Amino acid sequence: MVFSRLRQSLGRTRNRISHALKRLGGDTSSADTLEALEELLYAADVGPLAGELLDEVEKQMKAGYLNGPGEMPVWLRERLLEVVQGPDGPPLPLVEDGPTVVLVVGVNGSGKTTSIAKLIHHLRSEGKSVLVAACDTFRAAAVEQLTVWCERSGVELIRGQPGADPASVAHDAAQAAIARKVDVLLVDTAGRLHTQKNLMAELEKVSRILTRQIEGAPHHTVLVLDGTTGQNAVQQARQFGERVPLSGIFLTKLDGTAKGGATLSIGHELGLPVLFIGLGEGLDDLEVFNPESFLDALLSPREEAEA
Amino acid sequence: MLENLTSSFGSILDRFRGKGKLSEADIEEGMREVRRALLEADVHFKVAKDFSQQVGKTLLAESRLKGVSGAQQVVGAFHQELTNLMKSDAPALPANPGHPMVLLLAGLQGAGKTTTAAKLGLWLRQRQNRRVLLAACDLQRPGAVDQLVTLGKQLEIDVHAEDPTQPGVDPVGVAKRALAAAKKGNYDALIIDSAGRLHIDDDLMDEIGAVHKATKPDGTYLVLDAMTGQDAVESAQSFSAALDLHAVILTKIDGDARGGAALSVRQVTGKPIAFLGVGEKPSDLEEFDAERVAGRILDMGDVVGLVEKAQEAFDEEQDVMDYQRMMSGKLTMQDLLDQFKMVKKMGSMKKLMGMMPGMGKMSGLMESVDDSQFGRMEAIILSMTPAERLHPEILDGKRRRRIARGSGVEVSDVNRLYKSFQQMQKQMKSMQKMLSGGRSKKRLLKQMGAGGKLPNMPGYKQN
Ligand SMILES: Nc1nc2c(ncn2[C@@H]2O[C@H](COP(=O)(O)OP(=O)(O)OP(=O)(O)O)[C@@H](O)[C@H]2O)c(=O)[nH]1
Ligand SMILES: [Mg+2]
Repeated sequence: MVFSRLRQSLGRTRNRISHALKRLGGDTSSADTLEALEELLYAADVGPLAGELLDEVEKQMKAGYLNGPGEMPVWLRERLLEVVQGPDGPPLPLVEDGPTVVLVVGVNGSGKTTSIAKLIHHLRSEGKSVLVAACDTFRAAAVEQLTVWCERSGVELIRGQPGADPASVAHDAAQAAIARKVDVLLVDTAGRLHTQKNLMAELEKVSRILTRQIEGAPHHTVLVLDGTTGQNAVQQARQFGERVPLSGIFLTKLDGTAKGGATLSIGHELGLPVLFIGLGEGLDDLEVFNPESFLDALLSPREEAEA
Repeated sequence: MLENLTSSFGSILDRFRGKGKLSEADIEEGMREVRRALLEADVHFKVAKDFSQQVGKTLLAESRLKGVSGAQQVVGAFHQELTNLMKSDAPALPANPGHPMVLLLAGLQGAGKTTTAAKLGLWLRQRQNRRVLLAACDLQRPGAVDQLVTLGKQLEIDVHAEDPTQPGVDPVGVAKRALAAAKKGNYDALIIDSAGRLHIDDDLMDEIGAVHKATKPDGTYLVLDAMTGQDAVESAQSFSAALDLHAVILTKIDGDARGGAALSVRQVTGKPIAFLGVGEKPSDLEEFDAERVAGRILDMGDVVGLVEKAQEAFDEEQDVMDYQRMMSGKLTMQDLLDQFKMVKKMGSMKKLMGMMPGMGKMSGLMESVDDSQFGRMEAIILSMTPAERLHPEILDGKRRRRIARGSGVEVSDVNRLYKSFQQMQKQMKSMQKMLSGGRSKKRLLKQMGAGGKLPNMPGYKQN
């Protein structure tokens, strides 16, 4: 199965340096090396940051560094490790007492609801009690979708009428979370483009209502980002973050051929970490983000990732 | 989406426009910039490279032949190459469909297939008066069947749906039975929604291949998220190879993604882009037009789109102004009033202005345009007598004072409206001239192009 293959590739030994980069570090001329590197980075959606990195490499090479075999890939990997941001300790630390509230946001179809299903499973396997709020009252059958997932994991779902104010559902869910003394309240929201002013205001309201009900809530706001997204990812992170301060990113769909390199720019420009990655459509297709294996996968050409 | 692509090209072109003559070094530098802009816009690495090299080569050859290139030449080469890249003669819908016409939607997870199925159903009903049946063949994602059923109910479009939890209910079976139902029910079109799948998931690619084989669609569409990065090419290629695609539908372009995927997918698969998803509402689906979009990227504005959109709103409402009359330049105040109504219907003024030539860079200005000004102008016209509305030239000082009182505004407001009205009348005349010519759209675009003036809409002051 594809998933397991990629998971293997993602989980390979930490210090493994991909063939591609070994090749780059060989006896090719520096122009070829740079071009191959450029392609590798751009193809992984690293974007304008790739240009900056290439300039750096070029400068180093001109100054007589990085010319030995294998030097450049090692340098590059180290350099990227400075850029990529992972969780500092547990990805979603829980508060001492009272429910920890996690608000899940993102553009349409990025994978919010499925990622919530995965988070339920993840938290439950750590022995935590979970309650879920269905604040997507907009999209047709969004609540039904979440209901199926909650039933599969046996957790309770707080829902409102279709078209109800999502903030009122959030309110009820917060109350229920307190009454039931659960460890974590996961709040699903409707997909929205970060450019839609009204919908972004609606999101702010949901967040505000949560704050009013539970001190410090939402304790974590997670942006679910589709791994196939290109440079627009930076805009998404920036503009969602302006409305509801983000704790980090849940990067989905890495079981495909996309590398998710846009998160490097997000880390670079906004200092925002990736907390989890999604590797499939099942409940347990979640991994806590690991910068090193992420980079290994990012720096390996497609053929190798699949081999 | 395309606005950003537009503005990065805009600044490059400005640089060329500033110069009368260009050296070879200028051209090379320019092409490097073009390439970078394309890459930042998510255009695929190789496509960006080819594109900038192609334009560069053309320009260098020309400059050697005829001496140095002028800025105008650069702009021309740009537009040409960009149009070539995206252009296709293939129609948005398959040319000789059977009855019912069968359309299959495929794509990655979360691309927007289910929403698009509903939009396309509505489009076919509204534009082609077809009776549509939707088939809910996404049995994978929880709630997907419910989603399509709900959308169908909202739009009053029939849906063939089966309970995915029942044994023996699989996508191929549902698709087959939906096709039989479409034939039996004498539907004109069947749109098959399918589960999102990864292009490298062999089992699921086989599955959709089987749906394809069983239903023999007249057209299979790849639904692609406009925010997709470099991976767009990977998935599009695989789907294209597996399913004999008719075209691509690009969704979520109402965001601010740069939309480079549109360029690269077109280039790499050879498949045209047929439709654009421009919003969450079921009516937010538009036909794709390469020339229009290339013009827009080059900041020439989407005049054709504007005219089309207007046309559509006219068609919708029977009693609105006579389009032909407006285009002949015989504009009346009544027409203007109707137009305000229409503008309201078409949505925000800002959205309309976005389609006007030269507006790409004036986003700040667009922010300041206030739809409420239209309310005021509407009130002024409503205070006019029928005779005044049809023959605004009779509006003397006395009449204007009366109108101002009646509508609660200053006389100067009435004067301003009258002046805008006269201007519009003039522009309608010149637009009519352009449109009546043979290759009208092209010429219109050209005239509206680099440095061209936009028709002044009332309420908008050009600074
Ligand atoms: N292959 C793969 N598919 C995923 C992953 N995460 C989510 N998906 C799929 O992506 C599609 C959209 O996921 P949803 O969870 O419905 O996305 P959403 O953000 O909640 O969507 P809206 O609420 O409509 O905005 C579904 O088909 C999911 O199964 C992942 O990590 N890998
Ligand atoms: Mg959802």
